[in-house]
Amino acid sequence: MDETENILEFKNVQKRYKGFALDVISLNLPQGYILGLIGPNGAGKTTAIKILMNMVKRDRGKVRVFGLDPQRNAKQIKNRVGYLGEEQHFYGNKTVAWTGNFVSTFYDNWDTNMFQSLLTSFQISRTKKTRELSKGMKVRFSLALALSHHPELLILDEPTAGLDPVIRREVLELLRKKSKNEGKSVIISSHITDDIMRTADLVAFLIEGKIVLTSEKDELLSNWKRIHYKKGTLDSGIVNSLTRGKDHAFGSSGVTDCYLEIKDSLTQGITEGVVKIENVNLDDILISLVKGA
Amino acid sequence: MDNLFIVVSHLNPDPMYKQITDQVKEAIASGGLKPESRLPSIREMARELKISEITIKRAYSDLENQGFIITRSGLGSYVADINRDKLRQEKWKEIQKEIMKICKTAERFNISTREIIALIKEIKESSDG
Repeated sequence: MDETENILEFKNVQKRYKGFALDVISLNLPQGYILGLIGPNGAGKTTAIKILMNMVKRDRGKVRVFGLDPQRNAKQIKNRVGYLGEEQHFYGNKTVAWTGNFVSTFYDNWDTNMFQSLLTSFQISRTKKTRELSKGMKVRFSLALALSHHPELLILDEPTAGLDPVIRREVLELLRKKSKNEGKSVIISSHITDDIMRTADLVAFLIEGKIVLTSEKDELLSNWKRIHYKKGTLDSGIVNSLTRGKDHAFGSSGVTDCYLEIKDSLTQGITEGVVKIENVNLDDILISLVKGA
Repeated sequence: MDNLFIVVSHLNPDPMYKQITDQVKEAIASGGLKPESRLPSIREMARELKISEITIKRAYSDLENQGFIITRSGLGSYVADINRDKLRQEKWKEIQKEIMKICKTAERFNISTREIIALIKEIKESSDG
């Protein structure tokens, strides 16, 4: 991919804290795509996102958002980014309408009509005090605030944590719409891999501060499979290449990360019924990567 | 239990008990499980596959009701003797459905029945070597 197409670029970025280090050698996001950032708690997802938003200063390396450096052009970048953090903080005594007005002053291109119509479609009352909003309502409200200045890039850090499935699905669908119909780019971090499965085009796994794998989601899922086999029927080279092996009285199995490469050598076993292929989900891949790390 | 190869997956759209009954039937059809041979106990299969005993019980009772296995109380479950014809009938229906699908696809792409028959013969001959 050509560098100039990237909305976002990380190169050899480092950030050290006592007992934790983030080392992102390379991470790119082309325009119009949704990138899912997957990792266990404490892997560095939020730190990486905060570096983008200039809420955390990197120690070294290069970061570009729209080709700009967040440490120098924070204001310009923030005007073009919609950010939704893990927790929503508002002035609890103030109303929804007041909060909207307040936030609008930070942006050059705030669209009041859009804000109003988002409030209506999310069924958020303008006269309610923000502390009276439920957790789900707070997330919807934050999303309305994050979208009303027509951001080109949306950054969502664990946006669905603690939400019920109805609101979760609604938020994810809105993101897909923004990306596919309006060409917006999206970064969504989550440890709920199901959310990423439903929305992302690209996935990056962040484990212990390092990006261990980046791939197109569909390619990833067509290469990672669990192979079940009747004992003694599978080529020993393939058996040895499998990870997370399981054994029981009625068969053995293991995970491969290069199914498309070994597929042909499995065809015979599959037609004879002694080899069976099972899909894996992003959870399985995450667990395999964590165990391998 | 070397003759039994069973894979149960959460991601398979079929319910667990059906995945098990299908695979036991397959083993019987292929001759891997011979008539009169003993099946693992419900408890053993539940333990090995890490599936609840209720699910295995359901699978076994379906297999029994359909005549594929016989359970002798206290002794365990055995492959029934009469089932080859029954399996053949079941498969016959499945094959019928598959062929219908093939015919429909062929129609859409203007492929004649004669061509399909020729193709089946060709494939069969080359796989028989």
